[in-house]
Amino acid sequence: MNKARQNPFNTAAMHGALILYTLIALFPVFVILINSFKTRRAIFREPLALPSADSFSLIGYETVMKQGDFFLYFQNSMIVTVASLFFVLLFGAMAAYALSEYQFRGNLLMGLYLALGIMIPIRIGTVAILEMMVATGLVNTLWALILVYTAQGLPLAVFILSEFMRQVSDDLKNAGRIDGLSEYTIFFRLVLPLVRPAMATVAVFNMIPIWNDLWFPLILAPAEETKTLTLGSQVFIGQFVTDWNAVLSALSMAILPVLVLYVIFSRQLIRGITSGAVK
Amino acid sequence: MTALMLSNVNKSFGNVHVLKDITLEVEEGEFVVFVGPSGCGKSTLLRVIAGLEDASSGEINIGGQQVNLVPPSKRGIAMVFQSYALYPHLSVRGNMTLALKQEKQSKAMIEERVSIASRMLNLEPYLDRYPSELSGGQRQRVAIGRAIVRKPKLFLFDEPLSNLDAALRMNTRIEIANLHRALDASMIYVTHDQTEAMTLADKIVVLRDGRVEQIGSPMELYNNPANQFVAGFLGSPSMNFLPEGLLGDGGQNTIGIRPEDLFLADDGPLAARVSHVEKLGGDTNVIAKVHDQSVTARLFGQHAISEGQELRFTYAAEKAYRFDADGQRLR
Repeated sequence: MNKARQNPFNTAAMHGALILYTLIALFPVFVILINSFKTRRAIFREPLALPSADSFSLIGYETVMKQGDFFLYFQNSMIVTVASLFFVLLFGAMAAYALSEYQFRGNLLMGLYLALGIMIPIRIGTVAILEMMVATGLVNTLWALILVYTAQGLPLAVFILSEFMRQVSDDLKNAGRIDGLSEYTIFFRLVLPLVRPAMATVAVFNMIPIWNDLWFPLILAPAEETKTLTLGSQVFIGQFVTDWNAVLSALSMAILPVLVLYVIFSRQLIRGITSGAVK
Repeated sequence: MTALMLSNVNKSFGNVHVLKDITLEVEEGEFVVFVGPSGCGKSTLLRVIAGLEDASSGEINIGGQQVNLVPPSKRGIAMVFQSYALYPHLSVRGNMTLALKQEKQSKAMIEERVSIASRMLNLEPYLDRYPSELSGGQRQRVAIGRAIVRKPKLFLFDEPLSNLDAALRMNTRIEIANLHRALDASMIYVTHDQTEAMTLADKIVVLRDGRVEQIGSPMELYNNPANQFVAGFLGSPSMNFLPEGLLGDGGQNTIGIRPEDLFLADDGPLAARVSHVEKLGGDTNVIAKVHDQSVTARLFGQHAISEGQELRFTYAAEKAYRFDADGQRLR
């Protein structure tokens, strides 16, 4: 492996492939960004051109700011994403700890049952979920979304975290027990810090689908005051006329928070992915 | 007073019977070593004593109190783990004081105990460092310090030296022996290394397959093993076992002779061909074949013996042990 790394041709090929992939991955984001700063005419005439003095325009951003309560949508998305992630990580980690640490009847079955959700898309249950939310009066509240996303994220979280928790040294937990720490203290103070990379991995895997989701906000919380960013941006897309400036501007701004969250998690994430890979 | 009393302790994991009717006593101030090959249940026994595993049946008494249902932290024990098991997010001081803080001891008392323990273990310069900034030997000393500050009725050591390199292992072994003298505390020490067992123990408990094979002082076990397993496990190089037939007695039993009890003699009864020689300076270990049996002789001093040489050995009949076909000692 070291030899391959030192070989200049291999190094070039490796970097070439990675750069190519980066370009492909970033291209749509780039197109959205540059076009959000152009006039409508310029967007259609030359979609790939950079904004020039002629074509530069902030009309999209102005529309977004004026029309619709963009900051409210933004805040809703943020609340839903952060709260869902918090619950997924909290309950996922606790369930994973119980499954990996304690011997009890039905441990394996319980683990399989919790992992089953990975294979069954939650959207199949949309009608039942909607009926349930109507019955409990949670329709058009952010709680409806938070609960659904928590349920959606838990299976994968439990599955990944329990694998990592099994690797935490038994001696360490036992040392804590002998020193008189409660099981909760052992979990929060000793185990959680050691599985932080896995937590970050789970957080990133869950964060992006939640942030981008259109389906559940549209069905469970379409009211003006509970609209999420993705749903809010849809007002600019009409059946006959679409305000592309506004759509592109809204999307550009929607990218930012995910980017920030991702940067926060990414250092942990890299460790999480690699440490999982060599095991 | 007895520091620890186990009566008929059994432990099963599902269908696997790991500990079988363990009964033993540890006197106040005694250093007891559990020794046995890996998988013999010695670590499990230690965990049962610590309360980290529940005994399936039997009674555990620590300091005269039955503790079967008492949680580990209330048993009056402290444990040193093979992997050190230091809390990575706490400094050395934090590691050592955590248990006392959990017990809500006064600040002055905690401070005093830490300063005594850190002086004993030469940890004073490191009190504010984190475990990741310490070497293996230092970490092990912190783990021992964490046990000392609690002033437990019973110290439990779970193979504490097996992660250290050979030189450090010897030093730490001596340190632990000194510590035992200085603290005058009861200690239980688990190891698979018979040298550690012989050098540290007041009393050795030899375990095999979850059963106690023999209990006694190191020299008792060495001079008077109850069976072939104990005879072969203690002593390095280990005891030679030869079928009685080879020695001309014609029986079905096995004769055990310690390597140091074999001597060179031109008219000795054992004709051997040397297959390997280990020259250690002070001693010479000769590994030779008697018919198809490998035999090790430990000769004092230096000898000019080389591979392939034909030798004859003799032994003192009163120093030979006889074992029946089941490995039980015949006297």
